[in-house]
Amino acid sequence: MTPVIELEGLGVRFGKRDILKGLTCSLSGRTIGLLGPNGAGKSTLINTLLGFYQPCGGTARIFGYDIRSQIKQIRSVVGYMPENDAFIANMTAVSFIRFMGELSGLPSEAALERAHESLFYVGLGESRYRKVGTYSLGMKQLAKLAQAIVHGPKLIILDEPTNGLDPPARLRMIRMIKEMREVHDVHIVLCSHLLRDVEEICEEVLILKDGRIVHYSNLEEERRANRRFVEMEPVGDSAAFALALEGMGCECALSANRLKAVLSDGMEIRDIYRLAAERDVQLRRLNYRRDTLEDIFLKAMETNTNGGL
Amino acid sequence: MAVYKRSYRAYSGRLTPPWSRFFVLTRYALRGMFRSKFLTTIFVLSFFSPLVCAILIYLNHNATILNMMHARHNEAINVNGDFFLGFLGVQGGIAFFLTAFIGPNTIAPDLANGALPLYFCRPFSRAEYVLGKLCSLFYLLSFITWVPALVLFGIEANLSGPGWMWENRSIASAILLSSWIYILMISLLAMALSAWVKWRIAAGALILGVMFFLSGFGAAINAVMQSNIGFYIAPGPLITRVCAQLFGVDARIDIPVAGAWAALLVMCGICLALLAKKVRAFEVVR
Repeated sequence: MTPVIELEGLGVRFGKRDILKGLTCSLSGRTIGLLGPNGAGKSTLINTLLGFYQPCGGTARIFGYDIRSQIKQIRSVVGYMPENDAFIANMTAVSFIRFMGELSGLPSEAALERAHESLFYVGLGESRYRKVGTYSLGMKQLAKLAQAIVHGPKLIILDEPTNGLDPPARLRMIRMIKEMREVHDVHIVLCSHLLRDVEEICEEVLILKDGRIVHYSNLEEERRANRRFVEMEPVGDSAAFALALEGMGCECALSANRLKAVLSDGMEIRDIYRLAAERDVQLRRLNYRRDTLEDIFLKAMETNTNGGL
Repeated sequence: MAVYKRSYRAYSGRLTPPWSRFFVLTRYALRGMFRSKFLTTIFVLSFFSPLVCAILIYLNHNATILNMMHARHNEAINVNGDFFLGFLGVQGGIAFFLTAFIGPNTIAPDLANGALPLYFCRPFSRAEYVLGKLCSLFYLLSFITWVPALVLFGIEANLSGPGWMWENRSIASAILLSSWIYILMISLLAMALSAWVKWRIAAGALILGVMFFLSGFGAAINAVMQSNIGFYIAPGPLITRVCAQLFGVDARIDIPVAGAWAALLVMCGICLALLAKKVRAFEVVR
């Protein structure tokens, strides 16, 4: 399968400043998260993928199309929701979305039909004849999403989509993005500094720092792997209990009153309880030890930025 | 299915040809322009002069009226290069006034509202954007300049016969070429200033200012240096010189035609460079 995004030593320089430094990776997930602190290069990466900035080295491909030579093909399969305010003030929402659809190549009638659909889909159906300039911040975000999907792109790039949204609107936006991912054949790149949003939506995460990739994480795999990690608080002969677990093929680490274990294949939680009962060990607490995205992010931020992925 | 029940779906229908998409921008820009009642009024009033000229041309061929005035054919008015140059001068003034009014609205709102990334994230280039906006001004100004001029030319040709049309065929091409140069020059100037000055009133004033200030400054240079070098920085005299040459009349601006063409090209080049600098999805801060 063609990767959604492939970066091959991608570098971007503004004047004498290197903004992106030799990024190399291949991303194929349905939802890809771009994370990083301010100034890490997330938006620059997106803008380079869209052809707004010229790379100074290396290249990138979206669905196999090269950003250096096939930018029109890329733009015809991508929908982009920018981070900042972006609209045409003196147009009604429906005219605005129709206009954007027509610019993407839709015939006038199809663009009008899809403009109505997109606006209803994002929840602006009732306000679609209002001028976009009169919209609230949250409504403008939704209008930006509508223009990004009006032409039915294969890849939707969302730059901080939940910015300025109140909690219900944020939940609605996240639900919509998830629905697009699950129900429709569309890939999503989500650029956000809100770890919770990325964690809820994304399968793959790319963490940038100072223009370099400091961490790549397949959250789906990690979620699966995390189910094999358990952390317990045994009371009793913990050492013997750990030995017994190891005897069943688990990897164990005992520290103070905590016991961490990686379960062997086929072993279930009930086997742990049974073993504890046999050894007369009380389990005060047992939970899956799960690296949250925050843990991953903080670890990545501690990483030296002298290497790519 | 009711529209509100539809959900997101991919588009698999027909697409318009890529070369034609800049017309979308032109169409929407023209629609936006004619929302202004002031512009619509001025646009309608701009047909007053062609109407008067058409009536004059008709009267010039009407034997009864000429007899009443004890005049002969072409004595009241002589429909020649001077006539059409004068007509385009009047219409050009109206066109310039309109451009100063609508020009600031071409690019500045898109820049102010951050709309440029929305255009350029689509299969739509910067050149197509500029071309689309330029075409909207071109269409509008065409209906004020060369279209009525050619209609007048047609009326005169119809009344005078094919011989007149054949003898004066160079006037038709001069009408077209001089109008196109003029429209291109003022449209590029308006768009360049619109891209750099976001405040509409200031941009409009600047368009007027650039034309009049440069003409005044050029005249001052001519007076101080006792030469004609000042004409090279004044768009008005340059266009007049080029148009006069095209119509084959005396321009009273003593600079070589080739020099005037070159200066106009340089000015258009500067406007394009200014546009290229500003018309970008995102400005790069180095």
